[in-house]
Amino acid sequence: MQIRLNGKERDVRDDITVADLLAEMNIHPERVAVLVNQEIVKKPSYASAILQDGDTVEVLTAMAGGMGRIR
Amino acid sequence: MSEYKDEPLRFGGKEFKSRLIVGSSKYPDPAIMQKAWEASGAEMITVAIRRMNLATGGSLLDYVDRTRYTLLPNTAGCYTKEEAIKTSFIAREMGLSDMIKLEVIGDEKTLFPDTAALVEATEVLAKEGFTVLPYTNDDPVVAKKLEDAGAAVVMPLGAPIGSGLGIRNPYNIRIILEVVRVPVIVDAGVGTASDASIAMELGCDGVLMNTGIAAAKDPVTMASAMRHAVEAGRLAYVAGRIPKKLYASASTPLEGMPELI
Repeated sequence: MQIRLNGKERDVRDDITVADLLAEMNIHPERVAVLVNQEIVKKPSYASAILQDGDTVEVLTAMAGGMGRIR
Repeated sequence: MSEYKDEPLRFGGKEFKSRLIVGSSKYPDPAIMQKAWEASGAEMITVAIRRMNLATGGSLLDYVDRTRYTLLPNTAGCYTKEEAIKTSFIAREMGLSDMIKLEVIGDEKTLFPDTAALVEATEVLAKEGFTVLPYTNDDPVVAKKLEDAGAAVVMPLGAPIGSGLGIRNPYNIRIILEVVRVPVIVDAGVGTASDASIAMELGCDGVLMNTGIAAAKDPVTMASAMRHAVEAGRLAYVAGRIPKKLYASASTPLEGMPELI
């Protein structure tokens, strides 16, 4: 299935959870906040939050506005 | 005689020795940013909430020693009350802080705040248990409304964000200091050290700046200048300046003056 992740289409396996998605990308959950279809997902729910085809997912962190050099 | 020992800056149940709050954007590179933070003596750093670069998993958090600095998440770039409130909850969910530097921008060109939406957002967030630091204009009526809405601090601008125009209306800042009881921190407009001193000499409790340091030719040295300027301005305020007079007043008394001719 396909989700929209941080503004880009991405193919993911069916029934993937938020926790699995972060793990696949080697992203530590403590460093981010996740929104699915504009709703905040609380950290304790990451493992049970199953994504659906067409979901919009935002993975956010602390950044400096306009700070392109932090990669 | 020993040097004056200042009271800490207090709000939201926290205490800060430094009265300078710095930002994290526009620096030439992260190493200079870290050195500038150190030179500034600041204990609080504002950060924005943005999409993570998923290719690298990089975050500003990689560059901040959180045992040393308190993060102050902001709602930079939010143009509506709803966006600003949601961003505040995202920052809380991220475990950054219950403090929020609340910005609700009303105009793209001036980046002046939408003060009606700002007051409403402050009220909602204060009720939700946030320590709200609203970025506002230099209007004492709005400052009072923000305090009444539950703001922990009010942060009037000295001049538009990133303009470096200094404290354009010191009289309004003085009136704000008279009408609110919460700490007043000047946020935005500081271009050079004297601007920071002026804010502190007026009696402000602190100064928040980003561009004035980050976009200086030498950000690390400017950060040091700002540290001294904030401290000097604070000390001058505490010491109490002399009144301004139109005519001279001799420093040396005339008593005992000899007859010379």
